Amino acid sequence: MIARFVLNGRPREIDVRPEQTLLELLRDTLGVFDVKEGCDEGVCGVCTVLLEGRPASACLVLAAALRGRAVTTVRGLERNGDLHPLQQAFVKYGAVQCGFCTPGMLLTTLAFLERHRHPDREAIRAALEGNLCRCTGYTKIVDAVEAYVRGGYARD
Amino acid sequence: MLMYPFEYVAPTRVEEALGLLREHGDDAKVLAGGQSLIPMLHYRLARPRVVVDINALPLTDIAVDDGHVRLGALVRHHQLEESETLARRYPVLAEAARLVGNVRVRTLGTLGGSLAHADPAAELPVAMSALDARLTIASASEQRRVAARDFFTGPLTTALGPDELLTAIDVPATVDYGWAVEELSRRAGDFAIVVVVALVRLDRGGRVDDVRLAFGGVADRPVHARAAEDGLRGHEPSADALTHAAQIARDALDPPSDAFVSGAYRRHLTGVLCRRALARAVDRARR
Repeated sequence: MIARFVLNGRPREIDVRPEQTLLELLRDTLGVFDVKEGCDEGVCGVCTVLLEGRPASACLVLAAALRGRAVTTVRGLERNGDLHPLQQAFVKYGAVQCGFCTPGMLLTTLAFLERHRHPDREAIRAALEGNLCRCTGYTKIVDAVEAYVRGGYARD
Repeated sequence: MLMYPFEYVAPTRVEEALGLLREHGDDAKVLAGGQSLIPMLHYRLARPRVVVDINALPLTDIAVDDGHVRLGALVRHHQLEESETLARRYPVLAEAARLVGNVRVRTLGTLGGSLAHADPAAELPVAMSALDARLTIASASEQRRVAARDFFTGPLTTALGPDELLTAIDVPATVDYGWAVEELSRRAGDFAIVVVVALVRLDRGGRVDDVRLAFGGVADRPVHARAAEDGLRGHEPSADALTHAAQIARDALDPPSDAFVSGAYRRHLTGVLCRRALARAVDRARR
């Protein structure tokens, strides 16, 4: 079967098996390793991608069912080779420990901020409750998001 | 993880989908949002020969009129959460939908999928039972309507036949009702240990004119607390009356134990959450 989708702005058509997930297509077929594999049941959030701008678990989407939709991975956040301002905030505030949850944290945060421009700390915590950080580095992650929201970082 | 191989079909017309379900029967599984089905395929708890992806079907509308709203089976949880039309007239839907799974589940998960999957602790089946929703079920040969309260027949089991598809959900208007959804889960995003949905309408004198109470996680399907409702109707919704109603609801239950919590704990929790839900619903009904 053919999976049709747009990966970080680039249209793709790839031959897939019916039972192949988007996560398997990205990592195993296309070598897109900025999407991580965790629980494989949609709970941990490390395989988060944006599907038409909303967070989705790549492990719970069949590649064959993409139907031309836009898929954004963390690689898609780069601006002319620079880190996205939210990524810069993560670096500055020490929000990255082992880094495994980071792509999912970034994508979930940006999708949330699209719809909530000025969330308070509690709202940020609730927005990220579906993304697990097993280093338990939540405090610094929320610090980084708060700093980004406060506007110390250029928003685009 | 590797799923057992299956054939994948994505019909674009409802009749086509119903024809496929008639042809393949129990060998087919319907794929809506996939947030329960794909994990079941991963774990090989489901091993369909054919997966019928219904996401291309025109079952996505939210149609509001005076008396009710008709929700297509493919309306997604995030739409229930964010739709302004629904927020004004059916705010309990947003409050329930916000508690479903995590944000990624709510991106793709569908109302029809949640109802058809029928997890006994899921929020939306309980909300639809409280709201007395009517479900439209279609097969290649007929269409029928079933009350939400009759739709759930056991754990992960419903009135749907193997050749049938849930296509729409009609929710009667509850405009002057106060509402509340209360639940406790072990971790954010988990299914609830217990979930309570309460709807309360007061008359001009401030007495309870109508009340709806439904519970999830306490039996093999959503439970409708009729005795507690009857006990409240016509009465002043004082703190004592609400506590008493919660006790009646709790005492009528015999919830199961599992690896995490005992039935006794579940029953106690039901009473506590029921009292809180009633208090919050009454408070909103007074505004």
